[in-house]
Amino acid sequence: MVEQEQSQSMVSERPPVVAEVVDLNFFYGDFHALKNINFYIPANKVTALIGPSGCGKTTLLRCFNRMHDLYPGNRYEGGILVNGENIISPKVDPIEVRMRISMVFQKPNPFPKSIYENVAYGLRVRGIRDKSLIDQKVEEALRGAALWDEVKDRLHESAYALSGGQQQRLCIARAIVTDPDIVLFDEPTSALDPIATRSIEELMVSLKERVTIIIVTHSMQQAARFSDYTAFMYMGELIEFNDTKTVFNNASHPQTQEYISGKIG
Amino acid sequence: MAKSEAVFSFTKVSASRRIRDIKEKAIEVVLFLAASVSVLTTVGIIFLLIEESVLFFQKVSFWEFITGTEWTPLFAEPSYGIWALLSGTITTSAIALVVSIPMGTIIAIYLSEFASPKLREICKPILELLAAIPTVVYGYFALLFVTPLLQKIFPELPGFNMLSAGIVMGLMIVPLVSSLSEDAMRAVPVSLREGSMAMGATKLQTAIRVVFPAAISGIIASYILAASRAVGETMIVAVAAGLQPNFTFNPLKSAATVTAYIVQVSLGDLPRGTLEYQTIFAAGLALFVMTLILNIIGYLLAKRYREIY
Amino acid sequence: MTNWSIEELRENIKRRQIVSQIFAILGLLLIFFALFTLLALTVKMFIDGLPRLSWKFFFSFPSRKPEEAGIFAAWVGTAVVMMMTAVFAIPIGVASGIYLEEYGKKGWLAALIEVNISNLAGVPSIIYGLLALGLFVQDWNLGESILTAGLTLSLLILPVIVVATREAIRAIPNSLREAAYALGASKWQVIWDHLLPYSLGSILTGIIVALSRAIGETAPLITIGALTFIAFLPDPPFTSQFPYISFAWLKSPFTVMPIQMFNWVSRPQAAFQANAAAAGAVLVVMTLLMNGLAIYLRYRLRKGLKW
Repeated sequence: MVEQEQSQSMVSERPPVVAEVVDLNFFYGDFHALKNINFYIPANKVTALIGPSGCGKTTLLRCFNRMHDLYPGNRYEGGILVNGENIISPKVDPIEVRMRISMVFQKPNPFPKSIYENVAYGLRVRGIRDKSLIDQKVEEALRGAALWDEVKDRLHESAYALSGGQQQRLCIARAIVTDPDIVLFDEPTSALDPIATRSIEELMVSLKERVTIIIVTHSMQQAARFSDYTAFMYMGELIEFNDTKTVFNNASHPQTQEYISGKIG
Repeated sequence: MAKSEAVFSFTKVSASRRIRDIKEKAIEVVLFLAASVSVLTTVGIIFLLIEESVLFFQKVSFWEFITGTEWTPLFAEPSYGIWALLSGTITTSAIALVVSIPMGTIIAIYLSEFASPKLREICKPILELLAAIPTVVYGYFALLFVTPLLQKIFPELPGFNMLSAGIVMGLMIVPLVSSLSEDAMRAVPVSLREGSMAMGATKLQTAIRVVFPAAISGIIASYILAASRAVGETMIVAVAAGLQPNFTFNPLKSAATVTAYIVQVSLGDLPRGTLEYQTIFAAGLALFVMTLILNIIGYLLAKRYREIY
Repeated sequence: MTNWSIEELRENIKRRQIVSQIFAILGLLLIFFALFTLLALTVKMFIDGLPRLSWKFFFSFPSRKPEEAGIFAAWVGTAVVMMMTAVFAIPIGVASGIYLEEYGKKGWLAALIEVNISNLAGVPSIIYGLLALGLFVQDWNLGESILTAGLTLSLLILPVIVVATREAIRAIPNSLREAAYALGASKWQVIWDHLLPYSLGSILTGIIVALSRAIGETAPLITIGALTFIAFLPDPPFTSQFPYISFAWLKSPFTVMPIQMFNWVSRPQAAFQANAAAAGAVLVVMTLLMNGLAIYLRYRLRKGLKW
């Protein structure tokens, strides 16, 4: 707790914020997985969540779009405020949250449908039927995901014909087609080769213009390469949060320094 | 001394190894023979059906058999048109599928996507009991419970009718569809469900737009199995749909199916070599071909839509 | 879409959620309807058959007079035929399962057997009856006997036992096989000492389910000509003279529960229908008990032994 307050006070000036996490606790049944998390998500920036495996970074990410609600026995306490509204309150419909905050998963998980239908999915579940609108949105999203040129001639082929990296970019297109406020990335490159990883990272940087990005990554280098802010977590606690440069070069907490230098893993 | 001991034990090992190898081989042969019983069964079925049917078609025109709509083996001038029986089989099976496919599929989606694991674990085996009840009991149920109920809606409905038999058959087949479809849907990776839910889809949208299409190959397999079960079902139709061959697709009528005809003929004395004896094998061959066609359709569909997630 | 107001968004979600919830209710209702059918069927049998369910009914032979008729010959026949079926089907089924899972992994022959077994499971039961009529009754001259019935039903349930055996053996992790091989066991020793004991519970469950199916099978037995008036028991297996054991009962004509029920249900008199319902109630209880046992065993197995 003390460290968190300290680390937050280290951020000299607060940028515009899209979401604010206040005293967030999370429980898998009896297991206290997240402990008193406090930080904020700067708008139109990439915020990276790093930490050793089991530290709770994916659990934290999945709070942002209420994925934990899909399984019984999970419980939230505290708040994640988006536009002044606590999105983890039981009164808020998780579907509404997910319509505003979308997600890209660890392994590419396109649906067994055509490339076009994969991207259009988010529009279709909203009941949008206007074909020209869907066409336009799909093209926009595919361009945004830097995939348009590769697939424009085979939009109606199965998404499974694409390579792993292309599939992941397709999933990104699927996530941005509905113009969400925030896109969550859960280790999006862990199943990809270095070249595909590189293109996804470049893509995320370019996406910052349109959306706010929160990314969980197991690779410190990745966080250092392109994130603007970094949150370091350890054993379910947020140890340090600051702009990435400060976290990597001038961490205030010894545990962060040890993790960054590879002493704990 | 030490040396001779070593040689002795070496030869002993090799002798016991030989015995062991012979024993192992003998066991393998016995097991193989057991496994070949199933192949012999198939060979026996095909051989017998064709053998007797060949004798049948020496006396009855094959063309008449597969195009005729009159089945009157006992008339002075008998007719052997299999359509009089096929119409009954097709009608009762169609009713059974109209009941079992939607009901089984909805139950499968509910159990797979909506129900809690506990509810699923309780419901599945209890539903499967429906398929375990002897079919002759279902026949009784159709004849003396469902038909009187239906007669309140259709006063003209005869005591033996295809509607009642088909509905009851459909209820019996429901667990076949629901269990196998549910297995197929449960096999769809969680990542696809999460991908859909993360886009703000409801459970139903996820189930229908993502899980169902992803599991379609297994679901079709369950439909095909249900269809071959309906086509081959005997006792329900023999008890409740009537034993009179009747070329009609009207479910409110009474009509015999292929299977019911075989039962009806078997009730009497059946000396080998008579035309009557051969007719049931010809009818059996028609039935066998129908289930074979269903299986081939199922195989082709499964190949076309195999799981690709 | 971003151009939706929060109210529009919520309206949209509400609409979709309502449809989803209606579907869930429909699913639940259909499950209840299916369970209701099961209940209605059982209750119907008992209500219609109750007046006939007495000790006398269990120990009387069929009769032209409905009120004197009973199911003595039928349940004894069912018991004896099931015994024959088990004697043939269990060893052959389990052995086939072992062969396919442990030996026949390679080669076209194993592939052929495998495809064949999955296809056999879809063959209508009455076709087995035709096979039995042509092969056992006519070619082998076994007559309309207990032996024929046992052979017929064992062929019918063979695929069920084979599949259950294979699944049970497949569920045993390879590490266990390797542990046994590493101690110098031969293939058969691995199977006999390890695989079979570990999979016994699941195989037994499969056998019970298969036999409960055989108990209710009617059509193939009618086809071999078993629908006759049987007012006696099979020959006793023990005699007073040397060698004191007789196999004449194998060739005895017989009747079984579902055939007795079919016989009664196809008669027009209401009194016989009551007999049919009583026989049906006994049949339902028999199959529910066997399947209940299988469900319980499966439940125990899932809770207990896990590798």
